[in-house]
Amino acid sequence: MDVPILKQGHFLIASIQSALSDADLSQLREKLIERVGRFRARGVIVDVTALDVMDSFAVRTLRDIAHMARLRGAETVIVGIQPEVAFAMVQLGLTLKGISTALDLEEGLAFLNQHTQGRLDEKGERGRIERG
Amino acid sequence: MATRSKEQRESPPAGIPMHTQDTAALLRELVAHLRQNRTELREEWARRITRAQLLTAMTEEEIFAEATSVYDNYVEALETGTFEALQAYARNLSERIIPRGVETHEVLGIVLLLRDVLARSLFGKYQEDFDKLNRILDAYEPAANRIANTVAVGFVQERERIIRQQQEAIRELSTPVLQVRERLLILPIIGVIDPQRARQLTEQLLQAIRTNRAKVVVIDITGVAAMDSNVANHLVQTVEASRLLGATVIVTGLSPEIAQTLVTIGVDLSEMATVGDLQGGIEEAERLLGYKVLPLEELTPKA
Repeated sequence: MDVPILKQGHFLIASIQSALSDADLSQLREKLIERVGRFRARGVIVDVTALDVMDSFAVRTLRDIAHMARLRGAETVIVGIQPEVAFAMVQLGLTLKGISTALDLEEGLAFLNQHTQGRLDEKGERGRIERG
Repeated sequence: MATRSKEQRESPPAGIPMHTQDTAALLRELVAHLRQNRTELREEWARRITRAQLLTAMTEEEIFAEATSVYDNYVEALETGTFEALQAYARNLSERIIPRGVETHEVLGIVLLLRDVLARSLFGKYQEDFDKLNRILDAYEPAANRIANTVAVGFVQERERIIRQQQEAIRELSTPVLQVRERLLILPIIGVIDPQRARQLTEQLLQAIRTNRAKVVVIDITGVAAMDSNVANHLVQTVEASRLLGATVIVTGLSPEIAQTLVTIGVDLSEMATVGDLQGGIEEAERLLGYKVLPLEELTPKA
């Protein structure tokens, strides 16, 4: 199951459409981290609305994505965790500590816009920094 | 039909269980009898209900009207041998009379009375022919008992359903999730939190966060008298789960006793934002959401 990764401005959006195997998750992680560099993304949104189960491997992968993306200069937000999934996660002790979460894609974009605004302003428009 | 049932009647000796077909024939005869004497039997029944002081919550006319429907349903169940219609009627009847305070013994009482009234009328009709009376009763009694059973069970089930519904309502009332501003919810918790309630509370809060698209939630526990480590852990879990949905939680109204207990038993609440009282919590939430409340005087000069 391939997860489409869309580019929206400075952000990458990975929208998970169905349940993923461990291999799929690892592949998503690699692809995302690679693209953060290629597109020089400032933010990454992983939309997990379609997931109705989240196991420890999935949570760890999401955490890894967030940490790796941060090392590559992008902030990560996990959006769309279902209420039941959230409840199950805290009961299992899988809490995504230190990683930003938002209600849905819209909120995630708003969050990233707010949090990357400062850095973009300091450095100015992306286009001007790029060298030909 | 009549001739065949007569022939069959003569063949098997009395007291021996009937053939199904024979039972059916007897039941048909019985039903015909009950239809014929509908008016008198019904009146007799209603009279006996009043005399036994059952259904005191209802007027005589109502009793008579219900008696008529019960009677007809009863006869129909005897005739068809199917109880679905009767079950549906019993449920419907229970739904109507339970709110008026009719008790289980009354419902059971009236159905048993009807059984007696009908049996009495059968005694009267077949008193000449004891052998036939026996066989008619053999056919009648199991069916009548089953009808009484069906009605009583229907009534009790309906009562239980109402009780469950009310319990559900009380539980839901006990944990209201309220929206005070756009994207700001408050959850006042009052009373004892047991694991079941804690679970339900969390589920309701998470659903509310999703439907109201809340960003900040203030949980006020002023009304919680005591807290142990279990409840504290539930609270921490609720805060964590809310955060996974993208909402920030502020806990307010920790009483001095609770604060002492929590520190003494060593529950780690460092992950949780706490503010002294509900007012402070709402102010903090408004700050997070970017609201600012100003007195009107400060606004009027500009306008």
